[in-house]
Amino acid sequence: MNREDLRQMILEEISAIAPETDGVAVDDSEDLREALDLDSMDIFNLVVALSQRLGFDIPDADAPRLITLGGGVDYLAGRIAPR
Amino acid sequence: MPSLGSDMEAGILVEWMKQQGEKVSRGDIIAVVETDKGAIEVEVFEDGTLAELLVQPGEKVPVGTPLARITGPKDTASTERRHASAPAPTPAVPMPTVSSVQGAEAAIQPPTVTTLAEGSRATPAARLLASERGIDLALVKGTGPDGSIVRRDIEEAAPRAATVPDLEPMRRAIAAAMSRAKRDIPHYYLGHSFDVSQAVQWLDAYNAAHPPQERLLLGALTLKAVALALKDFPEFNGFYGPDGFVPASAIHIGTAIAMRGGGLAAPAIHNTDTLTLAELMERLRDLIGRVRKGGFRSSEISDPTITVSSLGDRGVDMLLPIIYPPQVAIIGFGSVAPRAWAIEDAVAVRPVLTATLAADHRASDGHRGALLLRRIGGLLDTPEDL
Repeated sequence: MNREDLRQMILEEISAIAPETDGVAVDDSEDLREALDLDSMDIFNLVVALSQRLGFDIPDADAPRLITLGGGVDYLAGRIAPR
Repeated sequence: MPSLGSDMEAGILVEWMKQQGEKVSRGDIIAVVETDKGAIEVEVFEDGTLAELLVQPGEKVPVGTPLARITGPKDTASTERRHASAPAPTPAVPMPTVSSVQGAEAAIQPPTVTTLAEGSRATPAARLLASERGIDLALVKGTGPDGSIVRRDIEEAAPRAATVPDLEPMRRAIAAAMSRAKRDIPHYYLGHSFDVSQAVQWLDAYNAAHPPQERLLLGALTLKAVALALKDFPEFNGFYGPDGFVPASAIHIGTAIAMRGGGLAAPAIHNTDTLTLAELMERLRDLIGRVRKGGFRSSEISDPTITVSSLGDRGVDMLLPIIYPPQVAIIGFGSVAPRAWAIEDAVAVRPVLTATLAADHRASDGHRGALLLRRIGGLLDTPEDL
């Protein structure tokens, strides 16, 4: 799974949680909460959805990494990469 | 049946709040109607007598169906006879359309013949249009024969598009409830800031030990703390009605949920005090999801016995909320933020949460309100007991 796949996956899950945000352009470095008006429950749901889809636990302490699209892709890519 | 949105075709009359033959005054709630947006209270905007109830509870009727006939005071009728060029119809709860007037409140406004100034005249067509659009004839300059008001004058005074704020139904419901609150409820406000490091540390440890779907948000803890505290403060949990304050037998906390792009609803989480934190979190998550998709139940809208409004993590320090009538209190939580905090002789940086209470002074006093806020803070200090 490459970075573009991960990016698409994050965007898909966000639009499932917040359909109103579908199609809104977001910069990789933008705070998703500000750009898309997401609250703590939305971020909670995003962490749950990505954990289930990828089949691994995203620790609560790592949740802040998902606040930007670029940060989320970096984080998930790092988790998936063979060690 | 008032129209509460362009997509609304019909509504169900849930109950009459006034009996047939009862006198009604401006601002009285005369009925509750249920729509797909929730239960809406219908207010009357004129003084008069509820002469006839035309729709029975449980009946579903199309928008525009008269719900009741309201007759004005005697002198109104004589005024009408003197000035109307044709016998005016009995003022009835009108049949507003989407494009009529300003939402649920104004939609029930009967014709304004009572305000017709001495000597002014209006044609029946003008009179009808004015009542449809909620226009006060006394404020309209007539351009017809002898200065009488003709239909064209009303159209110019109130061009359809210009007088009709295209408000979403939810915005109208908020407008109706908040206007009533500000008009009727003598609010008092209290605020208190707490060091919530105990709650935050406990939450971090709990969440570190649980998989994503079982984790908690601070909002679940604050809701539970409010629910538990209310058990000893019944004067903040209930409804203010015609006979004064009536405490509720259960604690159903209405939870203010913001819609993305504007709007707000505050449906109830039933029996909040009896739920575990895990159950409360699940209910909160479910409710937020459904509210944002427009799928909450009318019981959730009509049942809250008190409301809690939390700004979450992107808010400001505090909010001064407005009570949802007929409730008597609302508690607000600002965003948790690190603050310089004095602990004995030293200053430390601690996560601080400011809680506010707006309460109805007819039902409670500030002293008890202060004790309630302190109790909530105390409960958050021992999160393991929530």
